[in-house]
Amino acid sequence: MTSVSPPAPATTLPAPLPAHRAGFAGLMLAEWTKIRSVRSTVWTLIIFAVVSLGLTGLLTWLTLSALNNGRRRASAGGIITDPVNFILGTGLGLGQLAIAVLGVLVITSEYSTGAIRSSLLAVPRRYPVMLAKALVFAVLVIVVGEIVAFASFFIGQALVNGHVVTLHGVQAGHVISVNHTITVGLSQPGVTRAVVGSGLYLTVLGLFALAIGGLIRHTAGAITAVIGMVLVIFPLAGLLPANWGAHVHAYLPTVAGQLITADKPTGGQLLSPWQGFGVFCAWTALLLAGAIVLLQRRDA
Amino acid sequence: MIEAQDLTKRYGDKLAVDHLSFKVEPGRVTGFLGPNGAGKSTTMRLILGLDRPNTGTATIDGRRYAELAQPLRTVGALLEAKAMHPGRSARNHLLFLAETQGLPSRRVDEVLDLVGLRDVARHRVRGYSLGMSQRVGIAAAMLGDPSVLLLDEPVNGLDPEGILWIRNLMKHLASERRTIFVSSHLMNEMAVTADHLIVIGKGKLIAESSTQEFIERSSEKSVLVRSPDAEALAGLIAAEGGKAIPQDPAEGRAAALSVTGLDAPRIGEIAAANRIVLHELAPQLGSLEEAFMEMTADSVEYGGDTPAVPQETAASTTSPGSSQ
Repeated sequence: MTSVSPPAPATTLPAPLPAHRAGFAGLMLAEWTKIRSVRSTVWTLIIFAVVSLGLTGLLTWLTLSALNNGRRRASAGGIITDPVNFILGTGLGLGQLAIAVLGVLVITSEYSTGAIRSSLLAVPRRYPVMLAKALVFAVLVIVVGEIVAFASFFIGQALVNGHVVTLHGVQAGHVISVNHTITVGLSQPGVTRAVVGSGLYLTVLGLFALAIGGLIRHTAGAITAVIGMVLVIFPLAGLLPANWGAHVHAYLPTVAGQLITADKPTGGQLLSPWQGFGVFCAWTALLLAGAIVLLQRRDA
Repeated sequence: MIEAQDLTKRYGDKLAVDHLSFKVEPGRVTGFLGPNGAGKSTTMRLILGLDRPNTGTATIDGRRYAELAQPLRTVGALLEAKAMHPGRSARNHLLFLAETQGLPSRRVDEVLDLVGLRDVARHRVRGYSLGMSQRVGIAAAMLGDPSVLLLDEPVNGLDPEGILWIRNLMKHLASERRTIFVSSHLMNEMAVTADHLIVIGKGKLIAESSTQEFIERSSEKSVLVRSPDAEALAGLIAAEGGKAIPQDPAEGRAAALSVTGLDAPRIGEIAAANRIVLHELAPQLGSLEEAFMEMTADSVEYGGDTPAVPQETAASTTSPGSSQ
């Protein structure tokens, strides 16, 4: 408990500066103050960076060691056939959950603490709060996300480049050994787009989570919903039967959104990387619009 | 000026505010009084646009709250429920509010000085006492130097010094022609703070009058008279238009009368003119809290069994506002 200095006598306050309209820039400044002034933001972003970079380095190194020792499991194959996708998929694949959690928290923490009432008293038209919040959060995630995506790539690149793998095959009754040197670089087709795309994907994922948080308004519920969708429901939809199942799966938010993070298309891919990203953006815009409609209607 | 017109708010099948209309004028402290659950907080939330009324409108200087471009420069509000992130410092809480209104950050320091929290402003709100949190809320309300203030139970959690401070602050702000609307469930607190009272119960308006009028009206005035010649005095009082009710005689003391309809000086004059000895002549005022409880008795939301009030307490002399 900190001590309080004795209350000042009630004196006339100097009047505030002459009227100066804050406008939307003021709201963005306010949202930036909000987001930077709670520890959960800093911690979540640190966890995101540490998990993403650490896992990228660790899993790449472990997989290469396994290959060196002649152990070659199916999961290790990716590092040979599509090393860029392997590098960007491992660490960021788990790190993305931190971004999803932060996206939920920036809105649900206002509801759980009651700070939303202060926010809405200051901005009774309400929807500008959500727009400013989404915009400020998007800028934050795109900056941090791109830095971490490029750093992940460079860590992976440093580990895999020049690595020689001996591949064994059987051809015409003879066992043939071929030495394959793994090389990745930003100049290879699709690679720069995949790295930049990873940061973009994380940004839209953060906004997707923010929208879900705005709709559900409860931290635990919204986090469960977002992570459940990203890790379980959407991937499982890939098991849907027949052609229609494949179409449904391809258009699911994060399934479509992740296409932009891959440098090479996979077989039978229904959408191009940018189309997939567009589908993800459309889903997110729709959910944000829904969150705004409910914000306008519901009692705070 | 705050104007509520025909406000109704329903939560599910529970009617929180029931066709409530009133006006809150500038230049005085208006107390908003009612038992717990009477709908005071809900009414304030309706005025502030946090909740949407089912019927009716609430306006501030003729405009709905949502229509105010920089609302904190017109209206300051302290809500009963916490409206702060505990992980954020008081300074940052006030700073983001100031930024939404285009107020300079030095204004934040000014209001922190006003509430005496400058030294702890960079600490997280989590570690604040209830009283300190209230002060942050008051600082937030004063941020835009508003002409209208709504304070929901502002003395909650404050120590006597804090209560005195806020009472003086409200009176001072009212003297500057601001509109001060303050809710409380404590009649005695309102009796010394408010100039005007709006009393509600179960979401309905029960009474609206000046505090003075309210005190006079609700304190039933009677005079206790003790005299060895009570019977003769009772007859004279009745002849003058008063009503004298004989009280249970106390052992070893002269008979007593409870007189209504005549004030103490008049009774004394009657006794003197007729050479009747008086042992006691004491004006009785019912306590304000009792009057308030009686008035709202039918509308208490969460009533328990009221313990019988001991006779002694009920008959004790209380001048309005003196009890704290």
